[in-house]
Amino acid sequence: MQKDNDSGGPSTHGGLTGRLRRRRGSNEVPSEVDKANGSHLLVDDRNKYKSMLIRIYSSVWMIGGFAFIIYMGHLYIWAMVVVIQIFMARELFNLLRRSHEDRRLPGFRLLNWHFFFTAMLFVYGRILNQRLANTVTSDKFLHKLVTGFIKYHMVTCYFLYIAGFMWFILTLKKKMYKYQFGQYAWTHMILIVVFTQSSFTVANIFEGIFWFLLPASLIVINDIAAYFFGFFLGRTPLIKISPKKTWEGFIGASFATIVSAFVLANILGRFQWLTCPRKDLSTGWLHCDPGPLFKPYYFTVPQWFPQWFPWREISVLPVQWHAVALGLFSSIIAPFGGFFASGFKRAFKIKDFGDSIPGHGGITDRMDCQMVMAVFAYIYHQSFIVSQSVSIEAIMDQILMNLTFEEQRALFMKLEKIIQERQFGES
Amino acid sequence: MQKSKSPPLPSTPTGRIRHRRRWHSHEVVPDVSKLNGSLLLVNDQNKYRSMRIRTFSSLWMLGSVILILYLGHLYICAMVVVIQIFMASELFHLLRRAHEDKRLPGFKFINWHFFFTAMLYVYGRILSQQLVNTVTSDKFFYKLLSGLIKYQMVICYFAYIAGMMWFILSLKKKMYKYQFGQYAWTHMILIVVFVQSSFTVANIFEGIFWFLLPASLIAVNDVVAYFCGFFFGKTPLIKLSPKKTREGFIGASVATILSAFLLANILGRFQWLTCPRKDLSTGWLQCDPGPLFKPEYYPLPAWIPQWFPWKEISVLPVQWHALCLGLFASIIAPFGGFFASGFKRAFKIKDFGDIIPGHGGFTDRMDCQMVMAIFAYIYHQSFIIPQTNTVEMILDQIIRNLSFEDQEVLYLKLGQIFQ
Repeated sequence: MQKDNDSGGPSTHGGLTGRLRRRRGSNEVPSEVDKANGSHLLVDDRNKYKSMLIRIYSSVWMIGGFAFIIYMGHLYIWAMVVVIQIFMARELFNLLRRSHEDRRLPGFRLLNWHFFFTAMLFVYGRILNQRLANTVTSDKFLHKLVTGFIKYHMVTCYFLYIAGFMWFILTLKKKMYKYQFGQYAWTHMILIVVFTQSSFTVANIFEGIFWFLLPASLIVINDIAAYFFGFFLGRTPLIKISPKKTWEGFIGASFATIVSAFVLANILGRFQWLTCPRKDLSTGWLHCDPGPLFKPYYFTVPQWFPQWFPWREISVLPVQWHAVALGLFSSIIAPFGGFFASGFKRAFKIKDFGDSIPGHGGITDRMDCQMVMAVFAYIYHQSFIVSQSVSIEAIMDQILMNLTFEEQRALFMKLEKIIQERQFGES
Repeated sequence: MQKSKSPPLPSTPTGRIRHRRRWHSHEVVPDVSKLNGSLLLVNDQNKYRSMRIRTFSSLWMLGSVILILYLGHLYICAMVVVIQIFMASELFHLLRRAHEDKRLPGFKFINWHFFFTAMLYVYGRILSQQLVNTVTSDKFFYKLLSGLIKYQMVICYFAYIAGMMWFILSLKKKMYKYQFGQYAWTHMILIVVFVQSSFTVANIFEGIFWFLLPASLIAVNDVVAYFCGFFFGKTPLIKLSPKKTREGFIGASVATILSAFLLANILGRFQWLTCPRKDLSTGWLQCDPGPLFKPEYYPLPAWIPQWFPWKEISVLPVQWHALCLGLFASIIAPFGGFFASGFKRAFKIKDFGDIIPGHGGFTDRMDCQMVMAIFAYIYHQSFIIPQTNTVEMILDQIIRNLSFEDQEVLYLKLGQIFQ
């Protein structure tokens, strides 16, 4: 986790210069602008219109691609999340590597990817094991295979991890210990950051695309609104770590986010494609009863509203109130993810995490607030939307892991009989 | 994660480097190991003195562990928590730099904030069922506890977010790198300390046997490796730990596997050790230990001589599982020790702490235990529970633990598998 702590002059280690040089604005280097007047506010930046155009262009492309994937469905969204993960991990792995040491440690980079794939196997195995079981019920052989996989999933992942651990210890080279341990810790931190949020995102997706789309859109709206409010009205700096953020941008964006949370939840909640949970790994169309959260109730506009207001009744979905809570979080707390990333970049003297997206930087730069939001959305959903206790999951896990298909069926029959007897007894 | 790179002069601010000399009682014998250039224990003239100190402190540790085992599950958990706190405290201090710390008042409280958040989260998840079972009598506490458990994740998440926001708001110019390094270091410590201790506690409530056996195997492995190395050690094992020898390693492996087989037999006869604890009470336990602990009798083959007193040996099926645990304890768990050695070399520290005379700090004792505890938990979940968990037992759990609505939800979820 070390980076040379000399100043970012162009003569330091050649392998790092790509990161240190400024990358704002297409390919020009507007060096004098912010140093001349000593302030970094966007309002004073003369090349701001050019950079804005580039950002808008790449944003439009990202939003378009994103909308297309949403249309394609849950499995494709999952694939998109995995691809984003791989790119983020690669950016972050590359970030604090020192090319000088790396030449003396052949094969050390493979260790990172070994841990990456172990983490992927572990995380997605846990989240999707029930849906995987639901998908292969028809085929006996596949079902046995899947049951075996679920049963020994934890052991497999553990031994893969231990193999990586032993490989690490056996490759420790004298005089490189500190670098290697630093890289090991760094790898673990990256994988935790990347996988926690993406696993929660995927869990949310299979509960209904709505619970993935709404939080993600709120963060995007917050970012865009903060950018434009700062562009036109920004005067007072918000926090020392991110000098380009302003109080006007922050407050305007908060207001816009909460209002759009309320409205967006209404619009999105009308589509069954977005609100129905996916119980297996198929890709077809979905029909379901969306549940009480998505059934509109009608709210008559009070008398004191002016006559020209066109609607006398407003239909409100109960989920809109939850959306307001999500909006509140995304406007007030999620920006701290951005501050964390900014502080991190300052600490290690890097401009951007990567350069895949023109005008924005790398994928990690775009995902920093999304990560905090995804974790919150999952936890909010588990605690307040789905009133499911931990015990049901634990017992379901046990059933899936410990019983064979015939035993599961036997359990099902017995449970059915017990429930029917109880209902019969009550009636 | 950096440490000042100056050589170990007595004028350095950190007292840790001075501990280089601490493995002789209080004398400083500088030249023995450096003179002949080898560090093997066989050549060490003060080895008998250090052996006595280690034996003395080992006996004390053993005695207190036995006392706590006698007292029960809850006290063992308390012991685990205390060990955790000491380990975390040692590790938090390890890579702190006194100079920077003076300019960041209150920064070390962030560490403890994250520590208590992690403790709340981990023990809340593991002990939720046991807690609920303990307070079923009192309506008010039951409601309170069920509410807390339901919202446990949110509470812990907001506590974590509060810590993160506190961290971000306390970032000081020119100290960013140090602060981020400390933040990452805190996370790594907490993960290392809590994963293994949470698995240990989960194992304890499944039956003290599943905590005692792995821990004893590691202790046996360590002790036998020490004595085999003491008397026979010649060939170095790995560059990272120059005092370890192949003779010690092989002797310890054989001894560990054998003692796994025997210990499982001895320990498996006590209901206090084999029964799971369903709630947080401290009374005596009675249960049906299950098929794993019922002895099977094997007649000894005919060529065993007449004077041999036993005609048939009783083998508990759990002894075969113990063999696997022994195999792991002798071959893979030592890598935990190598990792700790490599880490100490990388950061030029002698020991993680100095609480235990002759051994170092708690982390020095627990380094192999940590790897073993995780394996024991995973082994137990993957191979032991499926053997003992039948349809009847799961059905019993469903009826006992879930409310009527929950049972119906479970029924619906199960039904989806069969469509």
